[in-house]
Amino acid sequence: MATSPTPAAERENYLNTEYGIRSWLLTTDHKRIALLYLLLITFFFFIGGFFALLIRLELLTPAGDLVQADTYNKLFTMHGQVMVFFFLIPAIPAVLGNFLIPIMIGAKDLAFPRINLFSWYLLVIGGLLMMYTILTGGADTGWTFYPPFSTAFAKSQVVTAALAIFVAGFSSILTGLNFIVTIHRMRAPGMTWSRLPLFVWANYATSIIQVLGTPVLAITLMLVALDRLFDFGIFDPQRGGDPLLFQHLFWFYSHPAVYIMILPGMGVVSEVVSCFSRKRIFGYKFMALALIAIAVLGFLVWAHHMFVAGISLYAALVFSLLSYLVAVPSAIKVFNWTATMYKGSISYATPMLYAFGFIGLFTMGGLTGLFLAALGVDVHVTDTYFVIAHFHYIMVGGMVMAYIGGLHFWWPKISGRMYPEAWGKLAALIIFVGFNLTFFPQFVLGYLGMPRRYWQYSPEFQVLNVLSTAGATILAVGYVLPMVYFLWSMRYGKVADENPWGAAGLEWMTASPPPIFNFDETPVVTWEAYDYANLKEVAVEP
Amino acid sequence: MGMWVFLITEIMFFGGMFTAYMVYRYMYYQAFVAGSEKMDFWWGTINTVVLICSSLTMALAVRSSQIGQRKALVVLLIITMLFGCVFMGIKAIEYTGHWKEHQFPGTNFHFEGPDPQHVEIFFSLYWAMTGFHALHMLIGIIIVGVIAFYSWRGKYGPDYYNPVENVGLYWHFVDMVWIYLYPLLYLISHKHGG
Repeated sequence: MATSPTPAAERENYLNTEYGIRSWLLTTDHKRIALLYLLLITFFFFIGGFFALLIRLELLTPAGDLVQADTYNKLFTMHGQVMVFFFLIPAIPAVLGNFLIPIMIGAKDLAFPRINLFSWYLLVIGGLLMMYTILTGGADTGWTFYPPFSTAFAKSQVVTAALAIFVAGFSSILTGLNFIVTIHRMRAPGMTWSRLPLFVWANYATSIIQVLGTPVLAITLMLVALDRLFDFGIFDPQRGGDPLLFQHLFWFYSHPAVYIMILPGMGVVSEVVSCFSRKRIFGYKFMALALIAIAVLGFLVWAHHMFVAGISLYAALVFSLLSYLVAVPSAIKVFNWTATMYKGSISYATPMLYAFGFIGLFTMGGLTGLFLAALGVDVHVTDTYFVIAHFHYIMVGGMVMAYIGGLHFWWPKISGRMYPEAWGKLAALIIFVGFNLTFFPQFVLGYLGMPRRYWQYSPEFQVLNVLSTAGATILAVGYVLPMVYFLWSMRYGKVADENPWGAAGLEWMTASPPPIFNFDETPVVTWEAYDYANLKEVAVEP
Repeated sequence: MGMWVFLITEIMFFGGMFTAYMVYRYMYYQAFVAGSEKMDFWWGTINTVVLICSSLTMALAVRSSQIGQRKALVVLLIITMLFGCVFMGIKAIEYTGHWKEHQFPGTNFHFEGPDPQHVEIFFSLYWAMTGFHALHMLIGIIIVGVIAFYSWRGKYGPDYYNPVENVGLYWHFVDMVWIYLYPLLYLISHKHGG
């Protein structure tokens, strides 16, 4: 840009078009709804993180001395439920997806803007129910709600927790529905499926999982609630009920759920890696197909959570094989990101640091998934800290890094301001160090035999636990930093122009922040995705 | 398209219960036969006919909206609602009967015959599945009512009948769920004349 850009405040955009709380709470603008979600899930991230800190505090010493055993059960249950259903599942789709998908496809908004707002309110209601659950003692069943404990013996707030998640689930379903219809029906002229950014493909695949899988969780939780409220006995072994049926139904959703969490992150990484290598993504077709393959295969592996639960050896063999299969498309993606960087012109802006972190940590988490998919190894390490480390590597080392990296990448677009780059890099480094210090020892702990969900442990595990807790405090600092400087940047950050990164994609061809209807004129797309070689700047007058 | 996607989620929702049903029926077939014999065949059959008729009137209503026949549209929607209410009424009669016969699971459950705890599972599924179905019926009746009101106000015609179509899709779906529920709950090993 030859001249310095007009600050957002002087130009009409989605942020300053209307002021006042009603204009936010009754908005149907997908960009404002994305920010509403940002506030909501950040709040829940803190709640879930608070429980994590308490867990790690307790685990500083081998004895159970901070809280009682029952309380500890509630801590890890609430940590899991809040983090999974009120942070991880919504995060990238509801914040970044909501904001970016219409812009990336050249549309004015999502297909159903009012349903979009309704989805947000559903998450609020679910959140209120979850806060009520927490304030009245919480559930202690583990986030997995296994009966017969959850139905017949738990004396905690199981029903309200189930209800909270039920409501949040519908928020997820409606978001997925909205995205599917939007991506099918509202692409701008020339925006063919094969020109879609991979971030859109990733959210599309995610939405398919959300739409197909979440209802099964909904009905399963309802059955648990009915069992508890009316003593139905559907899962009561003494009355012929089958607790394993619950596990099958639960994991039929909850395994695909983890792909709901990670696929959007992969979409972010594709955008970031391509931009900061100044190269088109290697193997676009395979990347898109890999996303769909992960979504489909992800529905076929659920019983790998049940290898020691009493399923037959033959079933275990089949699920083990399928679990190995689902690793293949994920690996293809990692290789393709690497190939994208090869002979690219790499720069190390903060989002790229997070993408590097994702690629490395997701790979480690994914590889340890293969350990767990091996039947013999699983018998040894299941229900130990090995599993905990495995999924935290993917969810925290993978997804949360992708989320934060994505926030940094698109922050100028969302706010019209740049975050302070030096602080960004520093926070990324602190998070990376803190993360590894927290979770790598847990792999070792699990392998050495420390069980999960135990509030006391054998003294020889203490050193590793102390390291893990130390890492957690560092990690916490790392997470707080971006919150502080993002807020700071909204007032004092450098004003951003349309395309501060020189990135490809329709979102970078409109003003930062975008006007209310995203573009001054509907774009007509005549170029392929990631066209870094011939980066055209379609002049859209701010 | 949005309504179709939503209905797919509803299939998955009810699908969870159908899965549970399949598993337990496989495990406890005789108990399921015994439970099914306690269902009132005639009420269930009448309800099935009622719902099929309601789907007919709903489809005719959609047709009326497409060709701009406002009066017929309103009348057909109201008849659809009435059929729905009849269905709910008959379910109320059935539920009351089952309740009185101690066929609601829990401490009050009582069944004379072999394997009562497995029959209790049949009834758990009966109440859960028909209960959620009835809830969907109720929501459907209300929504059809809303559409009937707007139709009376002249909101729909050949150029804009989308909501009527969508509500029609939803109504047909709820009907279809019942079409599956009826044989699975009422007709297990049913012999004619029972």
